[in-house]
This record gives sequence, structure tokens and C-alpha cells, in this order.
Amino acid sequence: MNCLWCDEEITSDVTWSNVALPTKAKSLCEGCEKELTVLNGSRCLRCSRVSEEKICKDCKWWEHYMGGEDVLTANYSVFAYNERMQDMIAKWKYRGDYQIGFAFQGRFTQLFKKQFNDIKNIVAVPIPLSKERMNERRFNQAEMLAHFLPIEVDSVLDRVHGEKQSKKNRYQRLSSENPFKLQKAINKPVILVDDIYTTGTTLRHAARLLQQHGCPITYAYTLIRG
Amino acid sequence: MKKPSSPAEGLPPSDQVISKNYSGKLLLRNEIRLEEPQFRALPFTPIPSIKRKTFSHECQRCHNQKKSLFASIPCSSCQKTHLYCRKCIEMGRIMECEPLYECSGESFHWPRHEAPCSWDGTLTEVQQQAADRIVHAVKNNERELLVWAVCGAGKTEMLFQGISEALKDGKRICIATPRADVVRELKPRIQQAFAKVSVQALYGGSKDKDGTAQVILATTHQLLRFKHAFDLLIIDEIDAFPFHKDTSLPFAANRAKKDIHTTIYLTATPRQHHRLQIAFNKLPHIFVPIRYHGHPLPVPSTKMCYSLKKPLTKYMPPRSFMNWIKQRKNQSRQILIFVPTIKMAEKMKENLQKILIADNMIKDPKEIDFVHAEDPKREEKVQQFRAKLLRVLLTTTILERGVTFPSVDVGVLDSGDKVFDEAALVQIAGRAGRSSDDPTGEVVFFHDGRTDAMVQAIQSIKKMNRRGGFIE
Ligand SMILES: [Zn+2]
Ligand SMILES: [Zn+2]
Ligand SMILES: [Zn+2]
Repeated sequence: MNCLWCDEEITSDVTWSNVALPTKAKSLCEGCEKELTVLNGSRCLRCSRVSEEKICKDCKWWEHYMGGEDVLTANYSVFAYNERMQDMIAKWKYRGDYQIGFAFQGRFTQLFKKQFNDIKNIVAVPIPLSKERMNERRFNQAEMLAHFLPIEVDSVLDRVHGEKQSKKNRYQRLSSENPFKLQKAINKPVILVDDIYTTGTTLRHAARLLQQHGCPITYAYTLIRG
Repeated sequence: MKKPSSPAEGLPPSDQVISKNYSGKLLLRNEIRLEEPQFRALPFTPIPSIKRKTFSHECQRCHNQKKSLFASIPCSSCQKTHLYCRKCIEMGRIMECEPLYECSGESFHWPRHEAPCSWDGTLTEVQQQAADRIVHAVKNNERELLVWAVCGAGKTEMLFQGISEALKDGKRICIATPRADVVRELKPRIQQAFAKVSVQALYGGSKDKDGTAQVILATTHQLLRFKHAFDLLIIDEIDAFPFHKDTSLPFAANRAKKDIHTTIYLTATPRQHHRLQIAFNKLPHIFVPIRYHGHPLPVPSTKMCYSLKKPLTKYMPPRSFMNWIKQRKNQSRQILIFVPTIKMAEKMKENLQKILIADNMIKDPKEIDFVHAEDPKREEKVQQFRAKLLRVLLTTTILERGVTFPSVDVGVLDSGDKVFDEAALVQIAGRAGRSSDDPTGEVVFFHDGRTDAMVQAIQSIKKMNRRGGFIE
């Protein structure tokens, strides 16, 4: 196996203690693995930002803005958006190197089990791409991540507006029309899956739509906290 | 809507434009900016982009055959899983369901220019000899010529007459170089020298993108989009191409040439295989052993630093290095410092900054900076150094070649490190004494044990000086 990022061969050190056990194939070499930062320490319970406060300022704003209750119960992110991660995301998503996604599989699955294991009947719903994007890229990175999880995946969302929203500010973005359409209602707890939590607007749009149609509680699980 | 005319019915009026834009290329559909009906009416031949073989696959754009650089992708359009090439993905993804297209119509007739060269400088005698040799090669469609010219020989100017000769004949020309910096630096010089000729610079993120000029300046990767396009291919810094490590580059260079062509290799530090070919007279070549200003190459001195690694692990400049900085003969020269790693450049900068300010060597902390390959501000910093807004610049080997500063002293910290091979050290030494106003400059290798690379670099510099008629 070669490292998915630098293509150097990964030499697995076989010792007498692990020779009998099936070794998990590594997807990144040690050097490249080290370049990624797994988030830890005290974080905002709602958005996973590194924060001393239990609920960060942004999330308090959201709560207030939504009239006292945030549609997003909690987001959990795995990695920090450092330089290497930005490069990896660019290659994976924008250049379309599908294989890079597998570099995240191990951690993404592992931390899911740790964070969301006790929630019963939970369904993963990936954040969709618009048709045009999908035609360009041929795969949806959120969908790929969702399928790493040991739970049911139901891609019930469609994107009706394009992804390009960066020129609007947060308020304009949330008050603007919901970019998603629901194919069918889900009346079980939902975990939204996406590659990155940046402002949380997209995820809250999706959460609101699901809850308007009977979803009791909505979480988010994202690869990166932007 | 008008029915698009088929090629059999005669060529549509824009045919000239189409053939100019698309002949001599190998492109993905999304790189061909034509609406579907127009596209279908033109003689574009699809070529399967990935060849499946029994034990391996082969990308038809980059020639990649390495197993780990192919992967599968579930394609949402086809609802099928395809192979795609991971190697050349920066140039746009090659996947099985999308062919490459070759425009098989008539190839474009590039204009013949009667007097294309607008450069009015003069060449030195040695430069003229080389220029004559290049012209001869171009005129006679000689397949290969290697020009071995020392750093600072003025090789770009030596090319002008050969390029003119090709343009007079309506030939298409590509100058390929390994680094985007060099392409950027070359563009204004070539455009100025050939003011009436179309010139484009192609590199990752360049403004010019379509590659539709008669003279193309490009990084080697950009050659992957060309096929049978060039009559004259000039490969600059041939020794810096990772040709031995990356077979896709010589493959691309070969494919980009027309059947009848001339390839000119330029180098100041030829690799072993070229030296052997020269020694056995298997490769036509010409030496340019003298710099354009007629002064010899600065010969590096070496400075042994016992326990060099000690300060370096703390990213501190060694004492003998600081002494050198203060005792340099010409204190008005800027200082270019080469270090083995990015981290060293970054951390050393902070420490050096404090020391130089404390010692009153610089007044403003902004007078020192560092660059490396991935530095997004690399271009800007190099400009600042050239404009003398920076006094001291720390760099990795990224600035070893292609960039010229008029008046610098050069220090190499830990010159025994493996990144500094013979060619790198010769190139680094070649940064000093580049202008006729200040044709000398100090070059010092700071080391904790001489390496073969250091010894050989110094020997080969001395040898070139001897060949140039300078007596030690
Ligand atoms: Zn928060
Ligand atoms: Zn390829
Ligand atoms: Zn397909």
C-alpha cells in the first residue's frame, strides 16, 4: 500500500506482538498522518469549535436568532482545517481525486462510534451537491463520508440552489430561501454529514427542513471544523 | 437553429481559428470551448484516455503506469465505476468514460515573420558562436543540440537568433522549463524581443491558458496538453527536470514535438548521462564557458564549522557564519542564504532578524525574509529582494536557479546536506557576480565535513573557468 497523499510506500512494521493479528491497512504514511490535526480539548458542544465556553458566541447567536432553540442539536467535527487539510480537500473535492477520501475513513468511523453510538435508529443524511456540481465532479464527498458510517444512509435532500453563496453574509444566507428540497420525510433522528462546518448555515437549512417534516432531532457530523 | 455543416461539406469560416486553437493538442472535452453542435461538426477524434492492460493500465495523457496512481471512482453520470488517473489530476481528471480529443483537421499554418526579432543588443564573441550553432541546428532541422553554458552566460539572448530563424520559416516554438518562476521571468523578455509575435506563458494558474500562440513558454507539465505541435522545442535547465524520476515528462516532451523538429537542451550543470554522451561524441553540443560580462565564475570557499548541527538544531546561525556576514568585503551587497529545509528557513529568519537588529546590521525587521517552494508570496518576495527592499533573503534550493539578482553574496548553511548535490551547489554559486557592475561576489559553503558534492562542485567551477581561458 502506498500513502494516498505522498505515494511513498507504507512499510508496516511487523513485530511479534502484532504478527498474528490482522493489521489494518494504513492509508496515510506516518509523516502525512502527522500533518493532520485531530481536534480535541474543550470545544463548543454545538459546533465543535475550539472554545472555553460550553456554547460559543456564534452558537448563542444562532440560538437567539432561531427564537430560543437551535435546529441543530450538535455538530461534531473530526479534524482542524490546517494547511495540509486544505490541500487534501482541494485535491479530493475540486480536483476530484476520489481516493483521497479513504484517508479519512479510519478516524471518521472511529470517532463516530465514540460520539454517536448511543443514539438509536439514527439515519445519516449527506448534504447534496447541485446537479451542475455533480456533473462536474461525478461524486459527492459528503455521500462518500456518510457511507463510511455503520448506519443507514438515506440521501433524501436535493439542492435546488447552487453552492455559490460566499458573497452574502451569514444573515442574508440564512434568511434567503432554503437551498434544499426534501424527497421524503424522515421521522427518526438524523445525522447530517458534510465535509466541513464553516458557518453552519447550510447545515441549519437542512436541519430546519427535516424538522418541518417530522424529524425529531438533528445532529451533524463533519470531517472538518473550518 | 441552423444545422451544423459536416466537415465533408467544406470547412466552416472559423476553421482557421479552430485549427489554431485545437490542432497539435490533446484535450478533454471540457477544455474544448465549443458548443456541442459545433464540436460534433468538427474533426475531433476521440482517443480512449486510459488503456487497460492485463497487468497494468496506462494514462494516455501522462503515460502513468503506476498502480498506486490509478484508482476507481463511482461515476454518478454513468452509474458505473471507472478507473481514473491520479498522477496528472492537477491538469483536470482523466477518467475512463471521458476520451481525450485530438483535432485531426488540417494543422495550422503559423505565420512566417520576415524580421521577427526586435532585440537590438549585441552578443559577446562566445555568445555569438553559440547563437550561430543554434541557428545552424534550426535551419537544418538537426534533431538535438545541447548548449552547456555557465550560469550567467546570457543564454536567453543566445537563443534569439535561432528563434528568429524558426519564425522566419513559420515554425512553432516552445521553451519548456521546470519552474513556473522561470516561465514568468522569461515571458516579458521573450515578448519584448519578439514584439510582433504571439507569445504565451503557460503554468499552473497562469493568465494565459489556451496555448494558442506561436511561441509558447511553459512548465513541462503543460506539455501534456500538446501533441505534434512544435517544430522547435527548447528545454531549459534540462538537468533540473526530474526526468530520471518521472517518465511522464520526457514522454510529454517527445509527444509535443512534430516529426521533423529540433530540440535544444540548455544546461549549466549537465547530468551524468549527458556528460557521457558528450564525452563519447554522441550528442551534438557547444560550450559557453564565459559569462556575458567576461569575468570568471566566483569560486566558492568552504568554511568548516565544528559542531555545526548544535546551533542549527536550535535554528541559530553558527558563529563563523555571523563573522562572515560582518566581514564581507563589500557590505553593500545583499545576502542570499541557502538552507536545507523550509523549517530552517522560517525559524532561522526569526533568530537572524533579532541578531542583525541587535548588531545594527539592519534597522528594520522587514529587511529580512524567507521563501520556499510552497510560499504563496514567493513571487512577491523575490521581487522585493530584486528591488533591494530586502537586505537578506533565506531560501531553500527553490532559488538555486533561474532567478538573477544583480549584487549578492551567497552563503550555504549546512552545505553537506543531501539536498545540495553538485549541480545544486554549482547553480547556487552561480547566483553571485551576475551583473557587469558587480561581476564578483562571495560564495561560502558552511559545513561540518566536506562532501563529494562540494568538492566536485568547486572542481567543476574551476574547470569551467579554465576552459574560459582564466588562469587561477
Ligand atoms: Zn459553537
Ligand atoms: Zn494521467
Ligand atoms: Zn462515467
